[in-house]
Amino acid sequence: MRSIAKSTVGMMLGAVVPWLAATAPGFSSSPDGQAFEQIQKGHYLANAADCFACHTQREGGKPFAGGRPIETPFGTITSPNITPDNETGIGAWTDNQFVRAVREGRGRDGSRLYPAMPYTSYTKMSRDDVLAIRAYLKTIQPVHRAVQSNTLPFPFNIRAVMRVWDALYFTPGEFKPDPKKSAVWNRGAFLVEGPGHCSACHTPKSFLGGDDTDAWLGGGKLQGWFAPDITGGMRQGLGSWTVSDIATYLKTGHNGITAATGPMAEEVLDSTSKLNDSDRMAMATYLRSLPSHSDQSAPKPAEQPVMVAGQAIYRDECSACHGLEGKGTPQLFPALAHSSIARADDPSTAIRLVLRGVRSVATKDEPTAPGMPSFGWQLNDAQVAAVLTYIGNTWNNAAAPVTADQVKQARKLLSLRNE
Amino acid sequence: MTLRRREFLAGSALLLLSASSSRAALLSGQLPWLPDAGSSPVPVRPGPWVYFTSDEGRAVEALADRIIPPDSKTPGGKDAGCAVYVDRQLAGPYGHNEGHFVQPPFMHGTKQQGAQSAKGPAQDYRDGLAALDKYCQAKYSGKRFPDLSDADKDALLKGIESGSIKLDPADGESFFKQVLKDIQAGFFADPLYGGNRDMVAWKMIGYPGARYNYLDWIERHNERYPLPPVGITGSAAWSPKT
Amino acid sequence: MSRKLPKKDVVIIGLGWTGSIIANELTDESLDVIAIERGPWRDTPTDFPVNYMQDELRYHIRHELFLRPDQTTFTFRNKMSQTALPIRTWGAFMPPNGVGGGGVHWNAETWRFLPSDFVLKTHLTERYGAAFLPDDMTIQDWGVTYNDLEPHYDQFEYLCGTSGTAGNLNGQIQPGGNPFEGPRSRPYPNPAQKQGFGHTLYGKAAQELGYKPFPQPSGNMSQAYTNPLGLRMGQCTYCGFCEWFGCGNYSKASPQTTILPVLIRKPNFSVRDNAEVTRINLDRSGKRATGVTFVDTSGEEWEQPADLVILAAFSIFNVQLLMLSKIGQPYDPIANTGVIGRNFTHQTMSSVDGFFDKSKFNFNPFIASGAIGMVIDEFNGDNFDHSPLGFVGGGYLAYGQTNGRPITTTPTPPDTPKWGAQWKQAVRDNYLSTISGADVHGSMYSYRDVYLDLDPIYKDRFGRPLMRMTIDFHDNELKAAAYLTDKLDGIVKAMGANQTHKKPRKGPYDITTYQTTHLNGGAVMGADPKTSAINRYLQSWDVPNLFVMGASAFPQNAGYNPTGTVAALAFWSAAAIREQYLKNPGPLVHA
Repeated sequence: MRSIAKSTVGMMLGAVVPWLAATAPGFSSSPDGQAFEQIQKGHYLANAADCFACHTQREGGKPFAGGRPIETPFGTITSPNITPDNETGIGAWTDNQFVRAVREGRGRDGSRLYPAMPYTSYTKMSRDDVLAIRAYLKTIQPVHRAVQSNTLPFPFNIRAVMRVWDALYFTPGEFKPDPKKSAVWNRGAFLVEGPGHCSACHTPKSFLGGDDTDAWLGGGKLQGWFAPDITGGMRQGLGSWTVSDIATYLKTGHNGITAATGPMAEEVLDSTSKLNDSDRMAMATYLRSLPSHSDQSAPKPAEQPVMVAGQAIYRDECSACHGLEGKGTPQLFPALAHSSIARADDPSTAIRLVLRGVRSVATKDEPTAPGMPSFGWQLNDAQVAAVLTYIGNTWNNAAAPVTADQVKQARKLLSLRNE
Repeated sequence: MTLRRREFLAGSALLLLSASSSRAALLSGQLPWLPDAGSSPVPVRPGPWVYFTSDEGRAVEALADRIIPPDSKTPGGKDAGCAVYVDRQLAGPYGHNEGHFVQPPFMHGTKQQGAQSAKGPAQDYRDGLAALDKYCQAKYSGKRFPDLSDADKDALLKGIESGSIKLDPADGESFFKQVLKDIQAGFFADPLYGGNRDMVAWKMIGYPGARYNYLDWIERHNERYPLPPVGITGSAAWSPKT
Repeated sequence: MSRKLPKKDVVIIGLGWTGSIIANELTDESLDVIAIERGPWRDTPTDFPVNYMQDELRYHIRHELFLRPDQTTFTFRNKMSQTALPIRTWGAFMPPNGVGGGGVHWNAETWRFLPSDFVLKTHLTERYGAAFLPDDMTIQDWGVTYNDLEPHYDQFEYLCGTSGTAGNLNGQIQPGGNPFEGPRSRPYPNPAQKQGFGHTLYGKAAQELGYKPFPQPSGNMSQAYTNPLGLRMGQCTYCGFCEWFGCGNYSKASPQTTILPVLIRKPNFSVRDNAEVTRINLDRSGKRATGVTFVDTSGEEWEQPADLVILAAFSIFNVQLLMLSKIGQPYDPIANTGVIGRNFTHQTMSSVDGFFDKSKFNFNPFIASGAIGMVIDEFNGDNFDHSPLGFVGGGYLAYGQTNGRPITTTPTPPDTPKWGAQWKQAVRDNYLSTISGADVHGSMYSYRDVYLDLDPIYKDRFGRPLMRMTIDFHDNELKAAAYLTDKLDGIVKAMGANQTHKKPRKGPYDITTYQTTHLNGGAVMGADPKTSAINRYLQSWDVPNLFVMGASAFPQNAGYNPTGTVAALAFWSAAAIREQYLKNPGPLVHA
């Protein structure tokens, strides 16, 4: 696409211009919302921000028409309709109202939005960025569909409580590039911290659901999954991946080491596979530079009987795909010897994959979409714990042992899930 | 602008909902997938006979122990659970010819044309065991098949097998063939089906069972494979030893 | 009363190998394609998982992946003088069912036929004279040559990642490969699979006897592979659960692993599963197909109109549908007129068991893949002089034991009792030291009185006549079987067997004993509409917008597994449709 090159340059400049804009308050005219390059820029940013995923219903939903239930630790919220329909969408909103919603977490009437809408990340985009997104959204087919958004249980349905939450966890403000880092790093930082909102899943949360920024991108739990550590940590992060490994994963959903499954499969399909190569490399550069907070703790050594049993199960049930050396097959079967999911101290994803099986993402570049069968009917809790402990503590892995009780809890919770 | 929707998780086959749509599902756009999909096997549970009466069960156990007699190294058909296997199989789809073509007319044909009976194995066993019982009681002064000496049992079975002894009213030759086939299948099938208890049959021959990865062994020629057998429901080695 | 669905450009009946190949080719022409499959959708992690696929009872003995006879079956008789009776449970062959068809549960033995196989009638008549052939043998030339198909064999082999050693590269004989094969334009995409102990020993023995053994061409991956469509496949782990089973770790070539993930993503492709096509509909002239009628699981009838109809079901179902749709003149064996049902063939299989000293030989038969094995081709086709022998045809001689699954693999020396203490001891003593997969994969040529037609008595669940098979072995095939089995026996003895047990095929043809599912013919291809149902491009002579894929096109069967040739023909036909038919719909050949 010929506009990509142009908008890439625009993006690179765009990372710097808002900083300039912040120091030049007289600069206030908005770009033309109907201009071709605005819509292109907005489309690209909307992909980076993945508006589509939350604001579109999964089964046959009309694009951006809302109605998708979003699971939060406090209950389920339904996403609103953001098509340009006047009555039921955002067609009648002013630009300022739209920008306020995305960057400050405020509804049209000034009430506070829930951080399921990741305004805490989107605040890093500039006003111009957000207006570009608006310009793009204005070109979407309007859908007349009223959505009841406020579906959290008491007391969380009282939006006023968000005042306290925002005070604790929301730092508004555009992205400020670090002059000590390269342009590529800054671009990656903007994308990951801003529209990419990776921390929504990958940063652990406090009990109030805000980011625990001390463990930035160190791994987080949501919807029955554990989103792994994506810092440059060697033990549990992406330290052993190359920048190219990360970029390929973001583009195709697969690389020589692992495959995107679960919510990350959706993310790759709807968002990062649609960015350009240099942006993915930038994100990869940024991620790999992040310090890890999990490398400090030493793992508990696994007990012998558990390891022996785990090895037997591994050989009999797992090695036919994942290999006796845990090396898998590139682009097909994940290399458990290098897997961040296998190394995570939180075994939620690992347990889930073993119990239920999974299908990895199919993208244009990697259409195979290999799947893993379910082992939940075959292995009891102690056996699942044994094989995961073995995998987590063999080859170069050193994860916390998995207990039968963790498996039991996971089984109970998963039995109520639809996916 | 309408974007084409792509499902990829959780969603089953994408259903087209138009007025003239067929009720057969239309698959399009992506490979369908559901969690816990597939149909995992349900292991046989030990317990009372499901199909056999207790007399029938006893008779089949005795048959199993002649077809596969116990010896010092390996249990016989009875202790290996072969009669349990047969009982559960007959109680299931196999017993009533499920999936077979059972439309009339039923005509007698050549051997090459295969079985042409309306009866399924379950009924064949009922009839065959009744005929066997009837024969034994008549020939052996009221004794039933399980009560005969091993030598008498073997002689009787050899006679039925060759056709020199006729059962009435069942067809003894084909009944014995059926029993032979089923007992031996139960002996060597995965233990989840009730026979081959503790994988004794597999241990007997050196078959490693339900394994899937021999990549490190394909080029080890003329060497005994050392690992013990494992079944679909696992082995003792899978549980941590406390 | 069927309801009409929106029209499609192409409707494909059956989504097995040929259906998938054709669908992928024609969707690349931007045509709107729908496939209708009688059986269910099937996929690797959900239907062939690595943790319960290893179930011999369920999949091999109880045939779980196959068609159920009560869904449809056939009637069978050896001779026209007999009354055909229904095949109430499968025996001699196992019809596939479901997406992927036979490509799911095949062994992946991937062969090319010999150049002489395609011009068999001409070739044999030239070499031996017409009088050498039995009067009632109805073999004929195919209408295509090996050279026509070579690029398409290549296409299929690269799609599949076939593992093998080339024997003839552009006319140059290569060491280690099959010296008799037709010339290939480039090597196999993957090196040959590794061989087990028994297979290696067989190769050595064959070599010492002066033959030229080579590894069987295998659709089980010898290493990880990415095919031309970008699909990734894994390395075969020699699990021993190949034929009758789906592959759990993406290492067997099948529509699931080589085509479907790419095909299903195309917006112009869709498939209805669990829907049985009951008729190909024709317009009033009877010369144009208007689409198909199918029945869903609720028993409702639907009509799927289309401009182009591709019949891509398993061979014998193709013939059945043609008959029930009244397309083409049915064959009359007495008058010797008509073509639909004519030249029906199967395969002539023989084997040899070898019993070895258990203190010296340990074969680990359970370590194997579906298409492992060493083969010699000296006695296939017309690779050898038949003049002193009194028969034509042949087959490859292989030791390709694919498994040691114990319910079906408990070989005992002949004269061992079938039960009791002696039997048990013999099984114990012989399991690891016996080879029981030395096979003769013999051809079956076609005859006047071996054919298909509609049964006069038995009906299917829709009330339509079942198809009737009239088939028996002829002397030619039985003579060949005896001769070839002796040759095979010689090799097994040279391996060092203490005792061998020869099992040459004997008549009559028995519907209860398995003899491969290589059913062929009944809607054969050819140059003459009087003796063929379809032309050289697989286009129906009678209905030009109907193409009929599959082994139903084979005028006779060669001494090889058919899938390579079935797939090559599908690619060849697809090319003709793309390059010629679509530009100018109508008959491609004017006879």
